[in-house]
Amino acid sequence: MSPFRRPRPAPDQVTGPVGATGGAQAPDAPMIHARGLVKRFGDFTAVNGIDVDVARGESFGFLGPNGAGKSSTMRMIGCVSQPTGGVLRILGMDPRRQGTGIRARLGVCPQQDSLDPELSVKENLVSYARFFGIPRRVAKAKADELLEFVQLTERADSKVEPLSGGMKRRLTIARALVNDPDIVLLDEPTTGLDPQARHLVWERLFRLKQQGVTLVLTTHYMDEAEQLCDRLVVMDGGKIVAEDSPRALIERYSTREVVELRFGAASLEDMAGKLAGLGERIEVLPDRILLYAFDGDEAAEAVTGRGLTPSGTLVRRSTLEDVFLHLTGRTLVD
Amino acid sequence: MALATSFGPGVLGRLDGSVKRSGAVTRRNISALRSAYWLVVISGFFEPLLYLLSIGVGVGGLVNKMALPDGRLVDYAVFVAPSMLASSAMSGALAETTFNFFGKMKFMKLYDGVLATPVRPMEVALGELTWAMIRGSLYSAAFLVIMVVMGLTSAGWALLAFPASLLVGLSFGGLGMALSTFLTSWQDFDVLGTLQFALFLFSGTFAPVSSYPEAVRLLIEATPLYHAVELIRGLTTGSPHPVLIGHAAYLVVMGILGLAVAGRRMGRLLLK
Repeated sequence: MSPFRRPRPAPDQVTGPVGATGGAQAPDAPMIHARGLVKRFGDFTAVNGIDVDVARGESFGFLGPNGAGKSSTMRMIGCVSQPTGGVLRILGMDPRRQGTGIRARLGVCPQQDSLDPELSVKENLVSYARFFGIPRRVAKAKADELLEFVQLTERADSKVEPLSGGMKRRLTIARALVNDPDIVLLDEPTTGLDPQARHLVWERLFRLKQQGVTLVLTTHYMDEAEQLCDRLVVMDGGKIVAEDSPRALIERYSTREVVELRFGAASLEDMAGKLAGLGERIEVLPDRILLYAFDGDEAAEAVTGRGLTPSGTLVRRSTLEDVFLHLTGRTLVD
Repeated sequence: MALATSFGPGVLGRLDGSVKRSGAVTRRNISALRSAYWLVVISGFFEPLLYLLSIGVGVGGLVNKMALPDGRLVDYAVFVAPSMLASSAMSGALAETTFNFFGKMKFMKLYDGVLATPVRPMEVALGELTWAMIRGSLYSAAFLVIMVVMGLTSAGWALLAFPASLLVGLSFGGLGMALSTFLTSWQDFDVLGTLQFALFLFSGTFAPVSSYPEAVRLLIEATPLYHAVELIRGLTTGSPHPVLIGHAAYLVVMGILGLAVAGRRMGRLLLK
């Protein structure tokens, strides 16, 4: 049972009189188009001239540490924050003049849940649908459908407060879908959730993606980006430092495999010296050394071949985290 | 294309969308009544009634007849009852648009979610103000019925005083919402509460302003509750006078200004 209609019609029935130009958009035109996009808060430049294009049906990620400018970018795309400079087009429309029309066709899952504590779980959806001009009767049916989708049907009449973090997040995601949006914006959709709750959210988002919904998400979880994104940009200090598919980024900025070496109490800097020449690149972290190599097992053997005896050796596939370390030159600090 | 965009939906179409979105904001509050919030709403009805009984009737028994501007002498309760109606319209509107509105904006972060939809800040302000008016109108209607039953006004004048009490609610609702956008913490409400209580005591509510020194009288005449009390008392005591139009105009201007400031400030605060 899919809560979504395919192929997606121009949802003029929910937009009301605004956004008349939206339907005139060419089918292959980007859903989101940004050139030299800038956001400043006083002297602080949060987003410093980024170029982004997101295609229909694509799942696109903004990756980066806290303060990289991800959320500011998302707020501009969500038309709740005016760009300071540059070009931004969403669904072919200009957020400066057509914010209402654009927002009618977006689904937004903000970083902090802004659910209504005075309403029940189901009323949260119905009431929210009314803000899009969806008739109450239709909204109620839609709410039932979405509660089923995010597995909250049994909590329909519950208050929001007693729900777990994962349930609240799922409800927020359901709320973002009440208007059958063309684009769903998810700002750190699984931050603060336990692993089980995270996987459930991922699974639901993956289903949305399969149904062809355009997803735009921010995250600082590498595994989340690898799971969900067709394409992503890595942001740092308000700028885009890399852009591609997760696979291609790993290929370009990392090696196929990585060997993680631990040496107990020994000085890692000294050890790194002794490892020189092995693999393609060596990175010294506070607690371990990363040895980047095409063949991890071969590299690990070469380490022991030099007479070194690591207290721990882990050969693994390279991940976006390795790309991230390489590009931003630091570990993630939350 | 540009022409089609600007004129296609038409001004009326736009207005209709705007009204519907404001209506959805109002409707949300009715859904919220199912929570403990209904208790808060009910309590607003008793406050003016208790004042009327204790001061209007109780203290009134010890006080001489009061002279109205047109020279008629009336019981103290007749003089005080319209003040209580105006004050309750004020406090109902302020409770909704300061405490509750601030809570929704800053504490529940409700409007962060709402403004991600097609709803605009001004539509939120209008929707909340409409709700404050609905809530206030229920108190006013109930209080007017009591006044008629107690013989403190006639049914006909009560019917005229009702829309006037709505205007008082609208006016203070706009003011309250505008003030809320400047408040930063719950502590600020203590200051607001004190100011509100001062208005309640001195706006010609319990004693005619003519009994105050000239300077104090001028100060009071500049504040809003004075105009609300005078407008409503002029109606419930059956003494219409062209001056009432002036009082009404003051309230209209304050309401519109408040709403405009609130809409603008909300946009500035929430759409950074």
